[in-house]
Amino acid sequence: MIPELGHFALILALLLAGLLGTLPLIGAHRGIGAWTALARPLAAGQFLFIAFAFGCLAYSFVNNDFSVLNVATNSNSQLPLQYRIAATWGSHEGSMLLWVFMLGAWTVAVALKSRHLPDEMVARVLGVMGLVALGFLLFLLLTSNPFDRLFPPAADGRDLNPLLQDPGMVFHPPLLYMGYVGFSVAFAFAIAALIGGRLDATWARWSRPWTTLAWSFLTCGIMLGSWWAYYELGWGGWWFWDPVENASFMPWLIGTALIHSLAVTEKRGTFKAWTVLLAICAFSLSLLGTFLVRSGVLTSVHAFATDPRRGVFILAFLALVIGGSLVLFAMRAPKVSGGGRFEAVSRETMLLANNVLLIAAAGSVLLGTLYPLFLDALNLGKISVGPPYFDTVFVPLMTPLVFLMGVGPLARWKQATLPDLWQRIRWALAVSLVTALLLPFAAGTWKPMVSFGLLLAAWIVTTTVVNIRERGRGVRGGIVAQLARQPNSYWGMIVAHLGIAVFIIGVTMVKGYETERDVRMSVGDKVTVGGFTLRFDGTSETRGPNYRAARGSFDVSRNGQHVTTQFPEKRVYNAGGMPMTEAAIENMLTGDLYVSLGEAVDGGAWSVRVYHKPFVTWIWAGCLLMALGGLLALSDRRYRVAMRREAGVAGGAAARG
Amino acid sequence: MKPRHRRFVWIGAGVVVLAAAAALVLNAFQSNLVFFFSPTDVAENRAPQGRAFRIGGLVEEKSVARAPDGLTVRFNVTDTGKTIPVVYTGILPDLFKEGKGVVAQGKIGPDGVFHATEVLAKHDENYMPPEAAAAIGQANSRAAMDKAAKTLKQ
Repeated sequence: MIPELGHFALILALLLAGLLGTLPLIGAHRGIGAWTALARPLAAGQFLFIAFAFGCLAYSFVNNDFSVLNVATNSNSQLPLQYRIAATWGSHEGSMLLWVFMLGAWTVAVALKSRHLPDEMVARVLGVMGLVALGFLLFLLLTSNPFDRLFPPAADGRDLNPLLQDPGMVFHPPLLYMGYVGFSVAFAFAIAALIGGRLDATWARWSRPWTTLAWSFLTCGIMLGSWWAYYELGWGGWWFWDPVENASFMPWLIGTALIHSLAVTEKRGTFKAWTVLLAICAFSLSLLGTFLVRSGVLTSVHAFATDPRRGVFILAFLALVIGGSLVLFAMRAPKVSGGGRFEAVSRETMLLANNVLLIAAAGSVLLGTLYPLFLDALNLGKISVGPPYFDTVFVPLMTPLVFLMGVGPLARWKQATLPDLWQRIRWALAVSLVTALLLPFAAGTWKPMVSFGLLLAAWIVTTTVVNIRERGRGVRGGIVAQLARQPNSYWGMIVAHLGIAVFIIGVTMVKGYETERDVRMSVGDKVTVGGFTLRFDGTSETRGPNYRAARGSFDVSRNGQHVTTQFPEKRVYNAGGMPMTEAAIENMLTGDLYVSLGEAVDGGAWSVRVYHKPFVTWIWAGCLLMALGGLLALSDRRYRVAMRREAGVAGGAAARG
Repeated sequence: MKPRHRRFVWIGAGVVVLAAAAALVLNAFQSNLVFFFSPTDVAENRAPQGRAFRIGGLVEEKSVARAPDGLTVRFNVTDTGKTIPVVYTGILPDLFKEGKGVVAQGKIGPDGVFHATEVLAKHDENYMPPEAAAAIGQANSRAAMDKAAKTLKQ
């Protein structure tokens, strides 16, 4: 009964999405007040029904209703409760429902938080989001109904993939989708602006916090995914340039460009058409990512061809959204362009260069991801584009970007002069160079790539210090008082940029100094990595809620002093008999000690992976700082003040009218 | 500068940056593409010598042998038509099993043995690496065609 209610709720949500995607848009166009006013209630209703459907599916999972196909294939009665809940979005159908749920949540959030916006604008934004929801609800109902029944019901479920039975996987998809889907708000604002012809600094201020919020979520989602891969896949890699990862990374790159170009549009009124185009691109890439991951095209182009319903649907939807919005852009953009002028050396120019570099980066990822698919689809052979390609492309593209990251925030808007800039950054440059040359010696060996990476990181830190010092110089009060007056958005930028520096340090140190050793160890054998000595003390049998495991014991010591004991596991899951490696990781500020069991060789000996990963946690700490910077920028007073002021004006106008 | 000239400078700069990026990308592409060959391709000498490539297929039953060092593993990869011997030193992925699909990256040695630097993991029991599936599919269709050809000759 519950699954049928969920299915029914989805159909109702589809109908409401259909209304939301038409009536308010027509109302705004024709000036029919009653129709525009429908936008908010329709958004709320749509969300309620989607949330209800989502709750129904979660209920079926929690209560082990194996008469639902989705539950029977992705859960098991032995599965612990938290993973039964997470299994709700562990399958294709479930994760698409999560997608739609997130979209509904964003829509309703816009409806609630837009009291200060003109009614027409709200109607258009919500209408566009309704159209997107319409597409995805149709997709769910026509091709991937999560409530399909299984008759006769299965006695027990096939279990959730053990790789997904992990706390990281509980939070990774929701956060990632929050980000992906969040770009639909920026997209809806852009389309609404194109339709309404209103594209100015106010518009940028409305759409900016939403974009920043989505970007922060996406950053966290990507970070969690990378962290999960690191400790769960059992061989210590943190980024693979896998198509699935690239699918989330491309929207992030464009989203980053969008955040910066929105800043210019808000502050200076320029880059308008450009910003709109970026908003369209960011969301299109989110859709493309969904297509790549969800259509099965990555697993095999040919498997996709044999069951093309899902893929063709998303592809058609993708073509419709991208094509439609680009046509609209082509028709309307010339009317909205223009704005303040700026010189060749100015903050605008540097932000433009930032955008170009980020887009080039996203383009190269796109090429590396799609090219093998095209070749395969055209039967021109199978190839793979490995990490070396992305590494060789990324470093040269990111280097000027990091350089600009140091200079840009110091340059003046409209017109800056090179001698003045040089005057202000030369100390930062000198300090960075010296640090970069000397610091690697502290780590033991001097390597050119390490020195180079540290130069980039030091450059960001030193220019940030210069920036803070200059901001602190004021007429009134001391440096502290002056800095306390700086808006949160300023601090958000500082924190996010420092996050990049932390990230770069992590990557540089791991790439430069990691030690990876695959060894055969008998009981009592010792191995030394990164100054730590590990002694293998044998394995013992243990049992988990739904698996059996061989649990190894490793005594870790440094200079004869006992540090800790590590317990990596080799698990075999009861339901599918699938083996899985659970690495033991000792986190330290200056590096991780990573031990995982390979396989039993003979006479109690095991093949073992023992890795030392210096500063690897800094990679994710850097991502967290970036996301934190986004949230900090979001809390800026300016948005709330503006909101109140505009609400006041609108209220006054209404009272007069 | 007149605004029009400035615009040209802008566009010029943009084109230069894009050209540089494109050059970079194409260069990286050229040297980092890894091609895929099936065991039959390798047996017919269609695979490159001295350059890394990927092979895929099934791990032949009862072919996995471990050297005394505990880390070097020898096994055969088959597409049900032809078979290639592979040697790999290191820890195999969890789901590496005889009779299951596998993809390996490496170079072919002068001894005709494929020296793998990487053996790729699958994420799930039922999932066959696409390359492995393709290799077997090709071999099967070739076998079917051979059979058909033979029937015609008779």
